[in-house]
Amino acid sequence: MAVTVLFLGPLRDMAGCQSVDLAAPLDWDGLLAQVDAAVAEQLKSERVNVACAGKVLGDKRTLQARDGDEVALLPPVSGG
Amino acid sequence: MHDIRLSDARLDPSVCLAALDQATHNAGGIASFLGKVRANDRADDGVEALELSHYEPLTLPGMEDLGARASARFSLMGLVMVHRIGMLYPGDPIVLVAAAARHRRDAIAAVDFCMDHLKSAAWFWKREKRADGWHWIEPRASDHEDLARW
Repeated sequence: MAVTVLFLGPLRDMAGCQSVDLAAPLDWDGLLAQVDAAVAEQLKSERVNVACAGKVLGDKRTLQARDGDEVALLPPVSGG
Repeated sequence: MHDIRLSDARLDPSVCLAALDQATHNAGGIASFLGKVRANDRADDGVEALELSHYEPLTLPGMEDLGARASARFSLMGLVMVHRIGMLYPGDPIVLVAAAARHRRDAIAAVDFCMDHLKSAAWFWKREKRADGWHWIEPRASDHEDLARW
């Protein structure tokens, strides 16, 4: 088992794939270190939200993903 | 009646409106808004296709929460909120919001409220295909200004 990291919207193009599996447990620094540098740069911006196990994190730097969790990287929405 | 859902098939507004009409025969009125993929008259910057992506664990729960807030704020007898996902083409319906109420102002305001929130805060990502390829759509400042009305 691992943590599945999902790239949504334009981050998918930047990452070059829809998702990657990273070793659990996964925290904020671990995430930044293991994604593409351009994606990591975007992640640091206030505009990008992070959801873990279906919940948007109020403070993404507190990320603590466990085995089997899905972490979604959410760029600014384009609206409905 | 609450009909809040995502649809990966063509949206038929008449079917949704007829169902709302049937379910709320005591209502004094129904207001609706149908959003469509804009057909551009100028061939050089015309949108050939629009792709809407979403994130299952957040998008529909977010719309359901929005529906609950609209119902708490306005006096409604029924609410329909259907949003397309997937590939769309100019002229295709993207979103239908319809509200039934005893009095028109509640119905009209609820639709306006839901649309402003959908446009600025719903979990959707859009990209457009134009002659020179695909482009992601950035959020517009005006969408956030619209939200401040509420």
